Amino acid sequence: MSEKVLMKGNEAIAEAAIKAGCRHYFGYPITPQTEIAAYMAKRMPKIGGTFLQAESEIAAINMVYGVSAAGKRVMTSSSSPGISLKGEGISYMAGADLPALIVNVQRGGPGLGGIQPSQSDYFQATKGGAHGDFHMIVLAPASVQEMAELTVKGFELADKYRVTSMILADGTMGQMMEPVSLDFELAEEVEKPWAVTGTKMGRKHNIVNSLFLKPDQLEKTNIERFERYEIIKQNEVRYEEYLMEDAEICIAAFGIAARVARNAIDEARKQGIKVGLIRPITLWPFPEKAFADASNKVKQIISVELSMGQMIEDIRLSVNGKVPVTLCNRTGGMIPSPEQVLKAIINANEGGNE
Amino acid sequence: MSTTQYLFAGFGGQGILFSGKVLAYKGLTDGKNVSWLPSYGPEMRGGTASCSVIISDTAVGSPIVEKPDVLVAMNLPSLDLYEERVKSGGIIFVDSSLIDRKVKRTDVTAYYIPATKMASDNNISKLANVILLGKVLKETNGFTNEQGVIDALKKVISAKHADMLEINLNALKLGRDYKGE
Repeated sequence: MSEKVLMKGNEAIAEAAIKAGCRHYFGYPITPQTEIAAYMAKRMPKIGGTFLQAESEIAAINMVYGVSAAGKRVMTSSSSPGISLKGEGISYMAGADLPALIVNVQRGGPGLGGIQPSQSDYFQATKGGAHGDFHMIVLAPASVQEMAELTVKGFELADKYRVTSMILADGTMGQMMEPVSLDFELAEEVEKPWAVTGTKMGRKHNIVNSLFLKPDQLEKTNIERFERYEIIKQNEVRYEEYLMEDAEICIAAFGIAARVARNAIDEARKQGIKVGLIRPITLWPFPEKAFADASNKVKQIISVELSMGQMIEDIRLSVNGKVPVTLCNRTGGMIPSPEQVLKAIINANEGGNE
Repeated sequence: MSTTQYLFAGFGGQGILFSGKVLAYKGLTDGKNVSWLPSYGPEMRGGTASCSVIISDTAVGSPIVEKPDVLVAMNLPSLDLYEERVKSGGIIFVDSSLIDRKVKRTDVTAYYIPATKMASDNNISKLANVILLGKVLKETNGFTNEQGVIDALKKVISAKHADMLEINLNALKLGRDYKGE
């Protein structure tokens, strides 16, 4: 195993993207993800890649569209308000079946909001992210190591299924440093016969486009795209369980919330409370079955979120009313404390489900 | 099995993040699990900056230090803000050339190091943070692996500034050997 180095989550994403073969980065600075752009600005020119600070987020995402159409691995990164600006381009890419990696290091919203960590773009990320019928693969890292590994995975899945992958992180994950090993499996290269790279007079033109004026044709492409989404749902669900074997209470949390929850779970276990954690790693596709299975054995699920409660809706859909699903949250840039989560666990253990 | 949570706090520009990083690397060279989390945003520019470092035998859960075992305070607002949060039995390191009050808590150990004055007396005026870190490492048994301290410094001081290694090491030793209160 290679030597571990300390890296910020944002830097780990950038370095992993380069390792994954990404040579094109387009972005516009915004806290708390600017280190990604800074890292790319330093590294890309040295390895024959392109770093370009665009005039806006909208310009950046359209540059991503262009490079992706040419069949190259490409990415952009931003934070919440910047991702909203990219929404149009993200939808166009979905309509044109273009792969790319989009990183959202979330901050508090709505509006310009604040710059402290948040998970309140869950709805935006998992329910499409812009207009039209579509999904992105949404990956939620909970360590700097995962920031790196899921970046590689994100490129791979995007190419494999011709979708955009999103890394949904938050300010804490982006800013924190942890030991990381960059000695991991590299992303598989995928053939892209659809790319617009010039016909050299040898083949029919490839067309990359999201405009379908005939409704029956648009319906057909949408249905075909959702057939692909079904395959993603079957093959690509990822989650991690912690102390769930004998759990009577289940915490659901991703990213930084899962880290905080682990502290609370360890403390509750010391007090003899049987509590475990399901940590979704893919937020779309959502680990529905893991929660449905848990609902057969636990008496309550507590969703710990840095939002007013967004993932909780997917958990409720997954358990279909079988057990109460309650919320333990902070929002606007605040982070739940382990004590707050512990209190929710104790409350659940005593039968409270408000 | 143990976990130690450190909180470094002071003004932006005092080298709070640097100290934390050296400590985190020291933990890494000792084979521990570590995390480092800065406060970020406008407070970096003149206001109160802080840095959470966790060094643990087990996996680090939340990287946010709310109740530190060890507090390093480099200005009065930081001591005012964080003193109450230190765990009972914890340690507070105070830069006594910048903070003219004593620690009020009686259930913690306090060390007063005139680090900023020591730094200027020794012509290393920017290294008060490193002097303080030397004392922190000394009192938390960090110097039992002195090579680890040197290795950690080497990791944090980039190759471009390799000539600064010696001077940083001297600053660490100044702090380590300080025999004041």
